[in-house]
Amino acid sequence: MKRGIPVRLEGLSKRFGKVEAVKELDLTIEAGELVAFLGPSGCGKTTTLLMIAGIYRPTTGAVYFGDRRVDHLHPKDRDVGMVFQSYALYPHLNLFENIAFPLRLKRVPDGEVRDRVQKTADLLGIGHILERKPAQVSGGQQQRAALARALVKEPQVLLLDEPLSNLDAQIRLSARAEIRRLQRDLGVTAILVTHDQAEALAMADRVAVFSMGELQQYATPEVLYHRPKNTFVAGFVGSPPMNLIEGEFTGDGFRAGELRIPIPGAPTGKGWLGVRPEHLSLGETGHPARVLVVEPLGREVLVVVAVGEVRLQLLLPEGEKPAIDREVQLVFPTRELHFFNAEGRRIGPE
Amino acid sequence: MRRYLTPLLFLSPATLLILLFFFTPVVATILLSFTDLSTTTFKNPSWVGLRNYQDLLADPFLKKIFFNTVKYVALTLTFNVGMGLLLALLTSLVPQRIGDPARALWLLPRILPPVVYVFIWQGILAEAPMGLVSDILGVSKNWLVAAPWTVVILANGFVGASFGMLIFTSAIRAISRELFYAAAVDGATTWQTIRRVVLPMLAWPILFVTAYQTLSLLTSFEYILLLTDGGPGFYTTEVWSLRAYHLALSNYFGNVEFGLGAAMAAVLVVIGVVVSLFYLKIFNFKALVSEPKIEIN
Repeated sequence: MKRGIPVRLEGLSKRFGKVEAVKELDLTIEAGELVAFLGPSGCGKTTTLLMIAGIYRPTTGAVYFGDRRVDHLHPKDRDVGMVFQSYALYPHLNLFENIAFPLRLKRVPDGEVRDRVQKTADLLGIGHILERKPAQVSGGQQQRAALARALVKEPQVLLLDEPLSNLDAQIRLSARAEIRRLQRDLGVTAILVTHDQAEALAMADRVAVFSMGELQQYATPEVLYHRPKNTFVAGFVGSPPMNLIEGEFTGDGFRAGELRIPIPGAPTGKGWLGVRPEHLSLGETGHPARVLVVEPLGREVLVVVAVGEVRLQLLLPEGEKPAIDREVQLVFPTRELHFFNAEGRRIGPE
Repeated sequence: MRRYLTPLLFLSPATLLILLFFFTPVVATILLSFTDLSTTTFKNPSWVGLRNYQDLLADPFLKKIFFNTVKYVALTLTFNVGMGLLLALLTSLVPQRIGDPARALWLLPRILPPVVYVFIWQGILAEAPMGLVSDILGVSKNWLVAAPWTVVILANGFVGASFGMLIFTSAIRAISRELFYAAAVDGATTWQTIRRVVLPMLAWPILFVTAYQTLSLLTSFEYILLLTDGGPGFYTTEVWSLRAYHLALSNYFGNVEFGLGAAMAAVLVVIGVVVSLFYLKIFNFKALVSEPKIEIN
């Protein structure tokens, strides 16, 4: 059963006094798609979500669910389900009544309420603890109850505001997979707000990266990773983040302090060279560099080296761990280099 | 025993205050109520057993005073809690720059000295051309004499409502913003959010304000004393505590009867304790007590 509908934002913006929290946002989410809004705190992602939910009224612009314009509607008339970071379960009600709450408000008959709550709770594996109050169950169970409450009314759009960030690391990974599976099975259109780039890449069909109230890039995880549109996206997506070196392109190479990298077909002018830590390596011949920091991460080691004034991070296989303070030869890849102009916009390669 | 030393130490300031300002006066009052201490017997009072209580029961006006007290407490309490709740909800729903001044305005009666406050009431209620009410209604009357109960309840209520208002407002503010968002997304209207989410979460503050104000209303009489002094006429607005005051400290005939007044006060203490126990029971006090946040050991 596919019940999701497309969500379209047109010229959406929101001001709080003099602060422009969201600026002229245009975005389309396909039916049944899971889209992540990714960005640091204060970037406008949650504000956008709350405008879609109907909690905030947009200052300008429109929100469409399918062909229906909804930005003037009260949340109750929008057919959305939402999970909050704090879960926002009603503390005075047990889990059953929490999940039943949206149905009770719609005056659904008792028998149907019982069936639908039980079915949704069973789907999420909390069918056996419905008599308990939120304070009497674990964080993971509260999160499931919040998800059940969002899903019980079978909404067309599911909004998830940092739903995993209050969970333990271990549960978070399984909850990720579970939410994704559930969302696919139900076919509901979903928007996930997160500041965790790994979560966004792992869960979303497409990711919208926000900064300072503006949409930076809206693309699949692969495109974000391999073709970041600007230095912000390049630095925000991927962990450890991409190395961004400020310097000058010379047409056949790149220059930054002592660092000279030959790049056939390079652009010209001042700009930034981007290279991901996992694409750098050590070799017999290359750029002389000094090892500053070595951080074992288990399967890999994170190494920080200095080439003159420039500091770079490398991700190496565990076996290639260098000693601190050693002189090493840094090898740059020929592909997987990213060129940005002085304003930080991507200028190559295509 | 050592184990309890620290907890006892922590409890001692509160215990000391209760002993000093509640327990001791209660014991003194009860002892006094078994004597015939009055202006005439001041030098050599004697034990009279239950005679003061017998005298009280024989008082033909006791029933009227009792029902006056019930009426006063019930109506003022309803006004205080209801108005406090209404004000807290209204001032929380409007933008803060309107809500905050509105609340501040309601605090004015509370911060005025009672005598000044009552003077204002008397002025407002006087005959035309001075009285504001007479002026507005176009009927020149002393409204304090015409409708003493309404005045007593409103004058007390305008002071009392701000207490609930403050407590309820802070309780509403303590409710997480996300809970209101969740209710809206779940499909609740403002009224449904208030009824199904806010009010249940205010159960404890409502219990507290109701219980606290019941007890303070049972024993308070200063506004009645200043407004009507129990009148107009014969005991129209005389309540239990005012009666105890009149008997024990301000007798019309000049012979103040401490013993008899103490007997009335003692009865009031018993009523107060019974009422408190009743509140604790119906609001399921135990369920509202949570684990301590700091453990002492």
